[in-house]
Amino acid sequence: MGTLSGSRIEVRDLGVRLGEAEILAGVGLSVAAGELLAVIGPNGAGKSTLLRAIDGLLPVRHGSIAIDGRPVSDYRRRELARVVSFVPQSGAPADGYTVRAFVEMGRYPHLPTWSGLTSDDRRVVDEALELTETGHLAARALTTLSGGERQRVSIAAALAQGGSILLLDEPTSFLDVRHQVQVLELLGRLHRDGGYTVVAVTHDLNGLVADADSVLGLVGGRVACSARPAEVLDAEVLAGIFSSGFRLLPGGRHGLPVVVPARGER
Amino acid sequence: MSRGARVALLVVGAAAVLVAAPLIGPIPLPLRALADPLGSDAAARILWQIRVPRVVAGFLGGAGLAVGGAVFQAVFRNPLATPYILGVAAGASFGVAAVARIGAGVALLGLGLSSWAALAGALLAVAIVWMVTRLRPEASTSTLLLAGVSLNFFFSSLILFLQYTASFADAYRVLRWLMGGLGGADLSAVLQMAPFVVVGIAVVLAFGRELDLLTTGAELAASRGVAVARTRTVLFVATSIMIGGVVAACGPIGFVGMVSPHICRLLLGPGHRLLLPASAVFGGAFLVLCDTAARIAVAPAELPVGVITAFLGAPFFLWLLLRK
Repeated sequence: MGTLSGSRIEVRDLGVRLGEAEILAGVGLSVAAGELLAVIGPNGAGKSTLLRAIDGLLPVRHGSIAIDGRPVSDYRRRELARVVSFVPQSGAPADGYTVRAFVEMGRYPHLPTWSGLTSDDRRVVDEALELTETGHLAARALTTLSGGERQRVSIAAALAQGGSILLLDEPTSFLDVRHQVQVLELLGRLHRDGGYTVVAVTHDLNGLVADADSVLGLVGGRVACSARPAEVLDAEVLAGIFSSGFRLLPGGRHGLPVVVPARGER
Repeated sequence: MSRGARVALLVVGAAAVLVAAPLIGPIPLPLRALADPLGSDAAARILWQIRVPRVVAGFLGGAGLAVGGAVFQAVFRNPLATPYILGVAAGASFGVAAVARIGAGVALLGLGLSSWAALAGALLAVAIVWMVTRLRPEASTSTLLLAGVSLNFFFSSLILFLQYTASFADAYRVLRWLMGGLGGADLSAVLQMAPFVVVGIAVVLAFGRELDLLTTGAELAASRGVAVARTRTVLFVATSIMIGGVVAACGPIGFVGMVSPHICRLLLGPGHRLLLPASAVFGGAFLVLCDTAARIAVAPAELPVGVITAFLGAPFFLWLLLRK
């Protein structure tokens, strides 16, 4: 895997409304090239909206989002797609397409209207399949995949886009333990060895959050905390974000504690 | 059978239908009529002035309806979505029925008023759906679908009103026209319809990749680089021009538009860069086949082709679905 130079993301004072509802207000964050940012928070905190806004998929009401110093709104759609890839929460897959056809769709922002895939495009697709260990699934129909396979294929399609920023919406939710570990390891490889800048919304405090370079906690559309994992994986900080008690046990990843919900204790 | 072989089978089958169809009919024609397009004997005239234009009209009409169906099924991410079900054909029909009711026979720029009315009706229906997508950008595809279906009912009720208030003879004429048919398709009908269908299909063919991506969801398509709003607008306008042209010439013929893309998808897979041209060829040949059956089933009288399309098509489609 070649190492990318990475791209940096800066969000300042971001405000997003959907209809009447204010989803995000005054959100700021900065992710350096090649960093992994985990976004945590209770359901409805605006985490997915933040990802969509960074990918230019929502009208921004207030503030600014810049990638490599250039406002997202200045990019043409295809241009932005060559830098930023979005891996949505796994939904219903498109009927009938094979894994390879789906991953090839990731090449869209590089392809002129009438010509087919070049050998370069095929090489990128093959690399994406190999990196996500989904090469053996290439000929399978998307609808026949398990949740873990589908998640990795979804990441493969995002990698085929050829950008250096990956935005992931709960990449390990709904996966069994083994598949969670597989996806975590894949993300680790991509960001540590591959140089990808990664922003992941997650509820996986002991896995993805512990692996992150920094953590952003959102509550009610506002930033509740922005710190290193060691500072966030703390009973009091987490209780502030999730309005629920936590207990810390020794023995987590990277010398961090394991956090478990403490029932009946607040 | 490999996919290449299936494509070849489709093309050869369609070509066979197109060559055979003009030779079949209540009056048997000798093959030599084929060799003499400008001949003055009855056989040559029947062949070249009546049957060949009708076959060409059937092919163009079926191709336009099938491609329109493929586009709507992808944009709405729904296997039942077609311009027919989402009010585009009903809008076009309303235009034609209104002109028939008023009884105006004016021609504008070489096109009959009913062609313009069909076009206007189709564009009006699409414009309303399009407005929903603009006013409510977050509207889901099922919202669009519901908007289209209610438009269909709306235009259908207007057509019913026109029929109800019309004289008995006018009402019957509108009813007969609504069944769809190629009986009136002569050379001038072909020339009127061809530009709409050819331009519409040509535009749509350029959007094969975008349609693939739209079937994965509008948001993911946008994230992969598709200008979703602009793409939808271009596709809606191209499709409604195509459908308006077809409906003006042959009336609202159902089922071809829904079933042709599905049959091609079952045979050739879902990729639109192949699916769109395949649907055009299949839909065209299928409508010609149905029209031929309509011409000979109760000869020397004719059945409306709309009676035949679903009668032949539905059992075939069910067989394909169950076979999988």
